[in-house]
Amino acid sequence: MATEEHGSGLQIHPMDQFVVKPLFGDGPIEWYTPTNVTLWMGIAILAMVALLVLSTRRRAIVPSRGQSVAEMLYGFIHKMVEDVAGHEGLKFFPYIMTLFMFVFLSNILGLIPMSFTTTSHIAVTAVLALLVFLTVTIVGFYRKGVGFLSMFWVSSAPLALRPILAVIELISYFVRPLSHSIRLGGNLMAGHAVIKVFAGFAGAMGVASVVPIAAIVAIYGLELLVASVQAYVFTILTCVYLRDAVGDAHH
Amino acid sequence: MATEATGEAGKAVGMPQLDFSTWPNQIFWLLVTLVVIYFVLSKIALPRIGAVLADRKSTITNDLAAAEELKQKAVSAEKAYNDALANARTEAAKIVAQAKAEIQKDLDAATAQADAEIAARAAESEKSIAVIRDGAAAAVSEVARDVADALVVALGGKADAATVTAAVTSRLKG
Repeated sequence: MATEEHGSGLQIHPMDQFVVKPLFGDGPIEWYTPTNVTLWMGIAILAMVALLVLSTRRRAIVPSRGQSVAEMLYGFIHKMVEDVAGHEGLKFFPYIMTLFMFVFLSNILGLIPMSFTTTSHIAVTAVLALLVFLTVTIVGFYRKGVGFLSMFWVSSAPLALRPILAVIELISYFVRPLSHSIRLGGNLMAGHAVIKVFAGFAGAMGVASVVPIAAIVAIYGLELLVASVQAYVFTILTCVYLRDAVGDAHH
Repeated sequence: MATEATGEAGKAVGMPQLDFSTWPNQIFWLLVTLVVIYFVLSKIALPRIGAVLADRKSTITNDLAAAEELKQKAVSAEKAYNDALANARTEAAKIVAQAKAEIQKDLDAATAQADAEIAARAAESEKSIAVIRDGAAAAVSEVARDVADALVVALGGKADAATVTAAVTSRLKG
């Protein structure tokens, strides 16, 4: 596919942007090697600190613009956790806020041209989803003991259907981390790849490249939406799963 | 070809996402990042923002309560003002009525005195008028007698005093 085709007209490498590279040198990538992953996760941390720590350092009763944004993010996630996961879920608010801030900032930072989108990698989203899955499972068994398994036994259904439903519920429970991670990673990867494909067209079409450039502008707007919505979806699904572990309500 | 998914000059071969050789690296840095974000959030950012929000809420609540209190005060002040006004009005009305009654009493007394005085004067006047009238009547009969005497004498008669008097008296009565 990506053979050395120097000189030929159209060269599009939409997947190049996802390559994990060492920051220094060209050596092999060990688990500790500082890579572009390290760089952009570090930038996400800095952005988080700027957004939520530096902007609130005055602790003003009448907030500045930055503080308003921080308070809005706080209120948004706090309310989501309380509404969806229930009052008990608020113990996990810092945890969920961590997930949200990481996913949201990584998505948004990934839209900076030439940047690297950490959340477009299945390795990252799979770890995030597995963390949620393990948290929900462990907390559920810790808080409810064997009673946690009763969520698979749909007591509102007719008795004959319950074993079948239990199997379905069980499968859907274990599919959760998969769908949770691929939804986020797939969305991000697809959007960035599409932009790169159009960018490749723009480079090869001369004057007519206004068309792909206009398309890039439109898709970029869409990708801004996708970046926010996927962070939102990831977070709210985390809250929904968490409710199984901490709440009493059946869904 | 697919064994080495990462090309030499950062070129992707296939999907870099499925290049499992980079997974330990990504997972390691992801965990580091999550731990850092978690500690910054749970130790600094979230308690701070939560405190600010709680502060603001309590400030607003206090301000509302203070405003409510001030409003109550204003209402009670207005009520007190109205009460004072009504009291002053009734007081004034009472004073006016009292003054009127006093004046009426003085007036009545003065009227009664004046009436009594007038009555006394009238009686006195009547008495003196009676005296004058009596005097006048007496004088008239005297003059009449004298005139009758003189007439009788002038007509050559002899005036008998008793007859003249009787005649004059009878004429005066008629």
